[in-house]
Amino acid sequence: MNRRLFALLLVIFPGIAFAAGGGYPLDHMTPNLDDKASLQRGAQTYMNYCLGCHSLQYQRYKRTADDLEIPEGLMLEHMVFDPNTKIGDLIENNMSKENAKFWFGAAPPDLTLHSNLKGGPDWLYTYLRTFYEDDSRPLGVNNLVFENVGMPHVLAGLQGRQVRPECMQVPRIASNGGVVRDPITIEIVTEEMCGTDLLDAGHYPLVKVEGTGSMSSDEYDTLVYDLANFMYYVGEPARMDRTRIGVYVLLFLAFFYVFALLLGREYEKEFHK
Amino acid sequence: MSDDGTNKGRRNFLIGATSVVGTAGVAGVAVPFLGSWNPSAKALAAGAAIKVDVSKMKPGEILGPIPAWRDKPVFVVRRTQEQLDMLSEDIGRLADPDSLEEQQPEYAQNETRSIKPEFLVLLGICTHLSCSPKFHPEVVATTFDSTWTGGFYCPCHGSKFDLAGRVFSGVPAPTNLEVPPHYFESDAVLVIGEDEGVA
Amino acid sequence: MASIEQSFKEIMEWVDDRLPVTETYEKHMSKYWAPKNFNIWYIFGVLAFVVLVNQLLTGIWLTMSYVPTGEGAFASVEYIMRDVEYGWMLRYMHSTGASAFFVVVYLHMFRGLLYGSYQKPRELIWVFGMLIYLALMAEGFFGYLLPWGNMSYWGAQVIVSLAGAIPVVGDDLMVWVRGDFNMSGVTLNRFFALHVVLVPIVLLVLVVLHILALHEVGSNNPDGVDIKKHLDENGRPLDGIQFHPYYTIGHDLPAIVLFLFIFCAVMFFYPDGGGYFIEHPNYEPADPLKTPELIAPVWYYTPFYSMLRAATFPLLGMTAKFWGLVVMAGAIAILFVVPWLDRSPVKSMRYKGWGSKISLTLFIISFFILGYLGTVHPTPGRTLLAQICTAIYFGFFLLMPWYTSVEKTKPVPDRVTIK
Ligand code: HEC
Ligand code: HEM
Repeated sequence: MNRRLFALLLVIFPGIAFAAGGGYPLDHMTPNLDDKASLQRGAQTYMNYCLGCHSLQYQRYKRTADDLEIPEGLMLEHMVFDPNTKIGDLIENNMSKENAKFWFGAAPPDLTLHSNLKGGPDWLYTYLRTFYEDDSRPLGVNNLVFENVGMPHVLAGLQGRQVRPECMQVPRIASNGGVVRDPITIEIVTEEMCGTDLLDAGHYPLVKVEGTGSMSSDEYDTLVYDLANFMYYVGEPARMDRTRIGVYVLLFLAFFYVFALLLGREYEKEFHK
Repeated sequence: MSDDGTNKGRRNFLIGATSVVGTAGVAGVAVPFLGSWNPSAKALAAGAAIKVDVSKMKPGEILGPIPAWRDKPVFVVRRTQEQLDMLSEDIGRLADPDSLEEQQPEYAQNETRSIKPEFLVLLGICTHLSCSPKFHPEVVATTFDSTWTGGFYCPCHGSKFDLAGRVFSGVPAPTNLEVPPHYFESDAVLVIGEDEGVA
Repeated sequence: MASIEQSFKEIMEWVDDRLPVTETYEKHMSKYWAPKNFNIWYIFGVLAFVVLVNQLLTGIWLTMSYVPTGEGAFASVEYIMRDVEYGWMLRYMHSTGASAFFVVVYLHMFRGLLYGSYQKPRELIWVFGMLIYLALMAEGFFGYLLPWGNMSYWGAQVIVSLAGAIPVVGDDLMVWVRGDFNMSGVTLNRFFALHVVLVPIVLLVLVVLHILALHEVGSNNPDGVDIKKHLDENGRPLDGIQFHPYYTIGHDLPAIVLFLFIFCAVMFFYPDGGGYFIEHPNYEPADPLKTPELIAPVWYYTPFYSMLRAATFPLLGMTAKFWGLVVMAGAIAILFVVPWLDRSPVKSMRYKGWGSKISLTLFIISFFILGYLGTVHPTPGRTLLAQICTAIYFGFFLLMPWYTSVEKTKPVPDRVTIK
């Protein structure tokens, strides 16, 4: 009986039920909207590498410039490539949806709200760092969080080539679930694991090909962090105002509450007369 | 219960204080409601300057009304020499011949109300009640003026303006037509909606 | 001073001769005698009022920038969020307000069950309340389509398709409701009209009727004691106190401020409610070709959605889909008749017996479980659980005539108890 109850609980509560199950675990990043330099770098990367395919059609250049503390002149000079674009315009591009569908098999979606759509910037942060070479795909790349992705790895020149090895050394797991250590050297004992066994054990190895890419891994991670940070901002540009005003509103209400409560007590006395 | 007198004082003080704080709160709540009626970022973006090619305009021709400068109707008129000469005649019928009212940028506060004498840039909105006046360049007796020498006439309430947008006396409109900020980027390109040197 | 007061009095007399302003004010505020023993559960009616005003005001303001067309709706919401000054605040006030409305109304209804407020002579108050609840559900449903996000689209798609379960006319009815052969801008247009005009008017009328019915018979209280039984020499209830100013200022004002504090904390810091108030797939425009992975309605409908999904087998020659609709509609309909199901001689849970107490507890627990199940993917185990909870849900009502009449109740005091 008890075991059945437990089994029931297991299927009801996803925390337990899904912990075992699939999907590449997303790498976590903590966005920071106060880091204007990061946001500015992210915006620059976006305009250079992404805007050609992905518009930000609900966001305006001017708003972005104001929020990120970029002077409008500089913004027009460095981040706006079409001379007919005005600072008040929406961040759009000229990509035709039909052509894109033809080239990539899927139209590149607008990304203004992508961070909200995925419940945060983690998805993008992981996505841009988990492209790997895959000859079976038309574009020669695949992705760990977006299987059979239709987007080329546009940042490959910076990151370098990544391959997914068929086999890798993984820590040997003892029957009690712990890792096995060498009794003398106390080092973790590893063993080779291949193919789907790797996936089942939750390993997703990606290896950078030495000497490729213009950036070190750390530099690249920072670049992607900044980009994801910027995307987080673009998802809800009012967020900074919102939390700032929110603090004042709550302080005011707390202050108001004191008076309301004291006054209320005055009247409440009558209840006991 | 304590003494009724002190109770009353305390209560009155609290009523006053709570009312004051509450009123401040209501005022605070009003801010987003009132603020949202201001021009949005979209409306402000539509107010950006536009460029017009004036090289193909012949003397005596008018361009417009073109939606420019906050989507208002703007007239660009290339005046002929006779028309310019006429501007100094019959000044007596004008209410503000020297453009003393601030209805134009400083660089257009002159007899022709323009940067280059021949090119007049005007907001086509009557200063009476915001109808759009019609362009009547011809020098003929019209139903609204037997001694008409060309200018703008507003069909809504009969206001009259000369070929520099200056208002006649004795019509409902109080001031001259407005000259929007503008400058010549080159001989051919007129920028409307912005003074030279900004942005 | 005296002369100002004097002229005010004269003006009021002039008006009162023509319109019963003072009389109405006294009847409903300054001379409405409310029991002295109200507790925290009695605040939610007033709070529902506050939220109603918030919804009406922010809603009217949102329509000033919203575009009710298939092409423009999604972009116009982002326009409000970005381009309109304080647009984001108005929108969040409205979207958070919708959830707050249901929180408040659910607690308000629970109070009714707890203290038997629906019992004679307050049956009509309860029925009007249920009509309000129904209108509120409709309001939320129509409103949720308006942002024209992908979840809006598919959520509405699923609920409208329910009509298809009705035998014979179902399919035609579906097309008629949508005004098209698929959810489209046409549907959006009519839902907009219903959301901003028709349902709000109905709601307002119902709220007025609700209050009029309440003030006709007077409020119940946590003891379920009739305060009109003991009157003083002026005919005033000994256990009563003037609603205004003693409740309005003594209780309601601080409670409203406290509520606003919680409301603002959510609104300013968790406006999407972790994906429960504004669901993540709704950040993508409606796409008729792409169903979101998990279609879950907003949290306040999930208990009923669970019951809908819990019907998995055909019965008596009708499809499971049909029974799903019946179960869901029945779950709401049965609430209407609670006043006639409760046979207990006492009103308040304080004096009812174990049968009632256990039933109510089980009912609330299963309501919560159903609510949770409605937010996640169904699995065989979960469906079974949903079926069990659905049975408990209905059991609570259907067995009520029995357990309320056989259980042993405690004696009800003569006067209200004030702590
Ligand atoms: C050459 C055009 C192109 C460029 C440049 C490009 N993308 Fe993409 N992107 C695509 C296409 C095509 C897809 C659709 C893939 C699919 O659906 O299979 C896509 C998909 C995506 C998605 C997934 C959207 C979803 O469905 O959740 C993200 C996120 C994304 N791109 C981010 C970026 C970022 C960030 C950049 C800049 C570093 C970028 N892209 C540059 C073409 C491009
Ligand atoms: C717009 C939504 C609603 C508003 C504004 C509203 C307002 C009120 C107010 C102000 C009161 C008196 C204060 C109180 O007792 O809390 C009240 C009482 C009551 N309401 Fe509602 N209400 C709403 C919805 C509902 C619903 C959905 C129900 C239940 C189906 C309901 C059932 C009752 C009952 C039974 C009472 C009498 C309570 C008693 O006397 O003990 N109301 N309502």
